[in-house]
Amino acid sequence: MADSGVTEGPDKKEEIDRAKSEGKELTKEEKQRLRKEKKQQKKNKEKKDDKASQESEKEKKPLSSPPPASQPPPQSTTQKAPSAVPAPAPVSVPASEAPVPADKPAKSKAELKAERRARQEAERASKQGKKGETGQQAATSKQKAPPNELQPVVKRLPEHIQVDNPDVLKKLAKKLERQQTPGQVADKQIPLRMDYGYKVSLFSHLHQYSRKAPLTQQVSIPSTVIHPAVVRLGLQYSQGIVTGSNARSVALLHAFKQVIRDYTTPPNEELSRDLVNKLKPYISFLNQCRPLSASMGNAIKYIKKEISNIPSQCKEEEAKSKLLNCIECYINEKIILAAKAIAKSAIEKISDGDVILIYGCSSLVNHILCEAFEKSRKFRVIVVDSRPRLEGREALRRLVQKGISCTYVLISAVSYVLPEVSKVFLGAHALLANGYVMSRVGTSQIALVAKAFNVPVLVCCETYKFCERVQTDSFVSNELDDPDDLIVTRKGKTHLKDWQEVPSLGLLNLVYDVTPPDFVDLVITDLGLGMIPCTSVPVVLRVKNVDQ
Amino acid sequence: MNISSSHRYFRQHQKTARCWGEGTCCVIIVRHVNTQTEAAFRMNEEELVEYFRDQMRKDPDMASAVAAIRTLLEFLKRDKGETILGLRESLTSATTCLTGVDSSVAVSSGGELFLRFISLTSLEHQDLSRCKKVMEERGELFLEKISMSRAKVAKLCHTFIKDGAKILTHSYSRVVLRVLEKAAGEKKRFSVYVTESQPDAAGRQMAEALRKLNVPVTVVLDAAVGYVLEKVDLVIVGAEGVVESGGIINKIGTYQLALCSKAHNKPFYVVAESFKFVRLYPLNQQDVPDKFKYKADTLKTVENFSEEHPVIDYTPPSLITLLFTDLGVLTPSAVSDELIKLYL
Repeated sequence: MADSGVTEGPDKKEEIDRAKSEGKELTKEEKQRLRKEKKQQKKNKEKKDDKASQESEKEKKPLSSPPPASQPPPQSTTQKAPSAVPAPAPVSVPASEAPVPADKPAKSKAELKAERRARQEAERASKQGKKGETGQQAATSKQKAPPNELQPVVKRLPEHIQVDNPDVLKKLAKKLERQQTPGQVADKQIPLRMDYGYKVSLFSHLHQYSRKAPLTQQVSIPSTVIHPAVVRLGLQYSQGIVTGSNARSVALLHAFKQVIRDYTTPPNEELSRDLVNKLKPYISFLNQCRPLSASMGNAIKYIKKEISNIPSQCKEEEAKSKLLNCIECYINEKIILAAKAIAKSAIEKISDGDVILIYGCSSLVNHILCEAFEKSRKFRVIVVDSRPRLEGREALRRLVQKGISCTYVLISAVSYVLPEVSKVFLGAHALLANGYVMSRVGTSQIALVAKAFNVPVLVCCETYKFCERVQTDSFVSNELDDPDDLIVTRKGKTHLKDWQEVPSLGLLNLVYDVTPPDFVDLVITDLGLGMIPCTSVPVVLRVKNVDQ
Repeated sequence: MNISSSHRYFRQHQKTARCWGEGTCCVIIVRHVNTQTEAAFRMNEEELVEYFRDQMRKDPDMASAVAAIRTLLEFLKRDKGETILGLRESLTSATTCLTGVDSSVAVSSGGELFLRFISLTSLEHQDLSRCKKVMEERGELFLEKISMSRAKVAKLCHTFIKDGAKILTHSYSRVVLRVLEKAAGEKKRFSVYVTESQPDAAGRQMAEALRKLNVPVTVVLDAAVGYVLEKVDLVIVGAEGVVESGGIINKIGTYQLALCSKAHNKPFYVVAESFKFVRLYPLNQQDVPDKFKYKADTLKTVENFSEEHPVIDYTPPSLITLLFTDLGVLTPSAVSDELIKLYL
């Protein structure tokens, strides 16, 4: 960043730099000052070449959309899934560049490109210098890839995992402003939630929100901007009332059904385009409440596709009922019927006398066990649980209600209990394109210990949770929960009560972790595939994309 | 009683009377069927088995699955069914009948693949005889393809045998024999260690066949596998069935061999034709269905399997380096991709 144009006092700047290098959160005044500086710089730049900056913003917008949102082009089905992710970037860029030069006869396209590229290079060079200390290898390696390689533009990191970069935060705030439907008052905007507490430096690129006060008390949410059903959903997410991948997706789809029911097309607008624009601020709001899960991302992609496929001559009532029907079908096929199909395949793997180990509360695994019990298979279950969520208690409750004999242990006792286990059943939050399983934190630990004891590990996952992302570690993309959840009060004494005041202490409450495919023996899924090895997930993704 | 209800009766009997073989059940149903269909059905049942045994006798070098498929094709030609569904059901029951004669995995997988292949075309013709003709043509095509498969496998694999190599193999496998034949034909010098492979001492048969090719061969005890592995450069085995995970089902002792070669870091190659791919996914040794573990006669006569010793075992994919098939050289994880393409 060319900070040389700043005319502030040098000591104030020093403070900010020191604060940044220590990794502590900047105070509010410091942040505001930074924003003012950048606004000034931007105004100066904008005065120089007005249209070029507009072009660069337009170009950055399709690129900064998160990777799951980009679909691989239909003709490149032969490409492997990981390489299909950067491929859409060059496809979307020429599309956005094409309309712009048409109204700019003054400067030629090549000159503009060269200018933009030079500016990008300068920005990138200074950013590299700043990010030297933090352990963000993934970010730097992505930004280091020079644009003059085969791809015309470098794929940028999605904005939600660049929390420690104040420019990105500012851009995000501006983007939320811009997502207003036209005619809205400028000061009523979608709230930008503030991070809470000290973040461990390895995870400083992620958001960390506090759950102490409900969201509505922290920020004002104007009801004219966001539909009340979505506000309710956001609150339910942020307070942890609706948890679990399937539950969140179903709740999301029901809220969107309500939105569609209450929607009326404004005059001179088309339903297919306007409704998609209406949904954008809702999605940003929900992302602020709690980062979207992979299943929710896929559901949103599906809805957006259905909406944009509505023919323009369709009447509003008809279109709305068609959309509602589509959503119902999606829930029915991908979640409810898929669960039945998976249960049918999984029951073949449960034999009499089995001892099955499960972790946490997965709706799918509970369904399978209940179905197997109804088909009079004789087995018993060991439920493994972990702090601070203690979700295993919910699973225990559901299974014991059915009459299944269960044992309950904490995750620290897993190696003690494993010699008597015959199979491990795990649920998944998402299955990544390189075969890794993303699930609740603690899952990879259980898979590792099970492998050491030679116990087969079975993962049950519906196909709508398969996502195109590739991840090999749990650092790059994760979710940080409220750190205060880790504080425990025993006999009236809370040792960690003042943890914020201890400068060398950080509390880390991770939500997800990633299990490599070597630890997973079998993936049970729907779509007629039944049982597949973990390494075949990219094949399924490829086949699914061809079908769609 | 029409064919479909007779099949239902067949399955019922199968469940209640486990000690009877499928052949016996067939005969019992046949007695309840009316005269016209009875004649056609009964003739095909016994003839089926006879034809199968005949095929095996004529060409001992042919894989049992190929013989089964030839028999099924013959059955298709002679079938006098009136509907396609009936045809499909009778083919499935014929396959089941054949597994009653030879319970190897390959026979059942070959039969299933045959059925899939012939029905994987548009059967929208009005005339049943035309549909049958299409199916027969597809069947011939399938048979032709799989007769060439062994040659294709040999062509792919022989390049992995270097001059001066010492090879370890297990029991009697015709595919491995073919591969070694080809390598010997390419004037490569190699020596072979063969495990004796009890209880039927099939390894000695393999040693005999190799001596005819002028290849130096040594027969070792099954227990001496760990002892001999340090002298060996690579291990090649055949397979009776290739499962969805990329693992294989083969003569008992293969799992041990694979474990030892992994411990010694020697490459473990599997040669198998593509019709041996089967839609099973065992998690461990126990998970393999009983119908594959024991010989067909044992299945029919013995009640309590805990006294019997299984004749096959399951080798997990983590122990296998490469699989040579007529679809190409595959890693174990690629087997599932191929299966998805075949079956999806």
